[in-house]
Amino acid sequence: MSELRIVRPREWAFPVPAARREVIVATPEADEGRPPVLFVPGFGHGAWAFAEHWLEHTAARGFPAYAMSLRGHGASGTAGKPTMRAYTHDVVQAAASLPRRAVLVGHGASALVVAYALARYPARAGVLLAPVLGGWRDGLGTLGTALLRNPVGTLPAFFGGRLRMRRGQLFSKELPASAATGYVRRLGRPAPRAQWQLLLRRDPEPPVGDPPMLVVGSPADRVVSRSALERAARRYGAAPLLFPGMGHDLMLDARWREPLDAILDWLDKLPG
Amino acid sequence: MTTDLWYDTAAAATLWTNGRPVYDRGDNICVVGAGASGLTAVKNLKEHGFGVDCFERETGVGGAWNWRHDRSPVYASTHLISSKPFTQYPDFPMPDSWPDYPHHSQILAYLERYADHFDLRQHIWFGTEVVEVVAAEDGKWDVTTRGAFGGAERTQRYAGVVIANGHNWSPKLPGYEGLDGFAGQVIHASAYKDAAQLRGRRVLVVGAGNTGCDIAVEAAQQAVHCWHSSRRGYWYAPKYALGRPADQVNDLVLALRLPLRLRQWLFHRTMRMTVGDLTRFGLPRPDHKVYESHPIANSQLVYYVGHGAITPVADIARFHRSAVELADGRMIEPDLVVLATGYLPRFDFIAPEALDIGQDDGSDGPPRLHLHLFSRRHPTLAVVGLLQPDSGLFTLMHWQSVAFARWLRLRQAAPARADAFWGRVRRAPDRRWTDAKVKDSTRHWFEISHTRYLRALQKTLNELAVSQ
Repeated sequence: MSELRIVRPREWAFPVPAARREVIVATPEADEGRPPVLFVPGFGHGAWAFAEHWLEHTAARGFPAYAMSLRGHGASGTAGKPTMRAYTHDVVQAAASLPRRAVLVGHGASALVVAYALARYPARAGVLLAPVLGGWRDGLGTLGTALLRNPVGTLPAFFGGRLRMRRGQLFSKELPASAATGYVRRLGRPAPRAQWQLLLRRDPEPPVGDPPMLVVGSPADRVVSRSALERAARRYGAAPLLFPGMGHDLMLDARWREPLDAILDWLDKLPG
Repeated sequence: MTTDLWYDTAAAATLWTNGRPVYDRGDNICVVGAGASGLTAVKNLKEHGFGVDCFERETGVGGAWNWRHDRSPVYASTHLISSKPFTQYPDFPMPDSWPDYPHHSQILAYLERYADHFDLRQHIWFGTEVVEVVAAEDGKWDVTTRGAFGGAERTQRYAGVVIANGHNWSPKLPGYEGLDGFAGQVIHASAYKDAAQLRGRRVLVVGAGNTGCDIAVEAAQQAVHCWHSSRRGYWYAPKYALGRPADQVNDLVLALRLPLRLRQWLFHRTMRMTVGDLTRFGLPRPDHKVYESHPIANSQLVYYVGHGAITPVADIARFHRSAVELADGRMIEPDLVVLATGYLPRFDFIAPEALDIGQDDGSDGPPRLHLHLFSRRHPTLAVVGLLQPDSGLFTLMHWQSVAFARWLRLRQAAPARADAFWGRVRRAPDRRWTDAKVKDSTRHWFEISHTRYLRALQKTLNELAVSQ
């Protein structure tokens, strides 16, 4: 991991422009002092992806739950040409607006956004779901796998175009085809610059405040390879929590309840 | 980590000093003050695993930024003079919906939200004043507190002390010949709260700091007449340049790492092309280059001078019964004099030697601390927020307190490395962390250039890192 950098004249000189932000909220019936959980959907997904099942279930287990859409995704507005830094800004802004120190949960490429955000906000904990942490090796690995499975939808992404996912890439066969097709139709696209930055990324600085980290994924994930998952987990000093048979979109797949319950159990056991 | 409340331990005073009980708080750290610097000290110490007791004489957080507080220097119209990216804590950004230069009430809301977000209030003893901080054995500290509204004194022992009592609350009042006999009203800027105080008056504002300029502008809008007296000519930087906050433009130039001379030339040129020749407005020509005095950010002063609503005048020579004589012999007749002459730091509760206060010749002086932060006498003592930066302060105090927290942790984790660091701190010479040599004045005691200072702090942070 690169070093903590405290002199940031470029960040100060060029603040990220503000954009309207969609945040969907589910609050528990009684506030039992549990930390708020902020879900950050991956590239192409909006807050709806978590609002579908996870948000209500998280609230039902006593955690104030929030799902946001990055700029240009879901019902969020946009400004200028969004970059990774703008996405990171969105996450930190959303986290700092919550009443208490939040747990950040990033899915897919937003796991990298959350990794950047963790260097700018001392989260209560960080959870990386089926993380696409980018870089040449993992990024090209992900793109290469996608190219083999879905050449027509993937090829444009090599030229900064849109990555069109098919339902087989994101979901297991257990999910009814009609539901899966419906979800795939709702997918949007990330900003081209951010997509490039996923490949040519800067190594995230170490998280501030030393938060506990958890990496969650599935060996059957057709976007993130098992080895990429292991590498991500090793980087944060933990073994990945695996849910065999599930697709990349853990929060929408048929057995969505299992990984979520495991994450919330882990949060419940955190010290302090 | 001990977070038990003090009344849990109150029953068992294990130590006695001078016939008084001392309650040992173990490894806990004491923070003096719950303003912007105290809050970030509490947060960062807590984040590094320390138990913290913070004492605050007022009943709320926010220190100087809380206008309800006796010692708050803010007036109704106070706005930030550094824009948001420089002002906010680096790990808790101000909302996107706020303006570039937020109002002081927003800063208070921000600090209150910071305290709630990081659950800091449980560590703060409100309405409790620190009366004495005395070094005890083994680098520990005996801290004596008392209810700010009366009550018995109580002494507790801490493993470390962070002083965060601010330096903008004790007015610096210059002595003028004949001031006592002056028939008009004389107030210090700290007593200026609302523009209504100026309405219908003939006002003389003394001092061309940021406060003096703000008050002069308000007097231009409200008073019958406004004179603005300054000792020398200054650079009045506009708050916006090229359509963006001027400090952001300045940092763009800093990011390019241009040499100081070139930056000064660029700044002078931009000022000439936008604001123009200040002497045309009757203002004195700056007697120094830019970056050689604390920056003044005020777009309106020159504007009102140009409208005749502010009359710039020279320094004050002496007061007469109904008039003020200026250095150039001119007489003016104000009925209200506002002394915007700044503040001096005060540390009444601790021995001056602990902070190396005072010059070698015995005269008064600033605390002489390594990086304006670490005491060179006591490894477990630090002052946070004692800086006059050319940008916002919160970012700097955040990293100061992270550095001190890392230092305390290194002392526990790696004593050998800690000893080596402490040896360097004790021997480190006093340095100015400014790009240009600044004018010698109490106003510039703690003057720093934010990038230069942060680079030094970055080095220290790296040295103090404890691998996890």
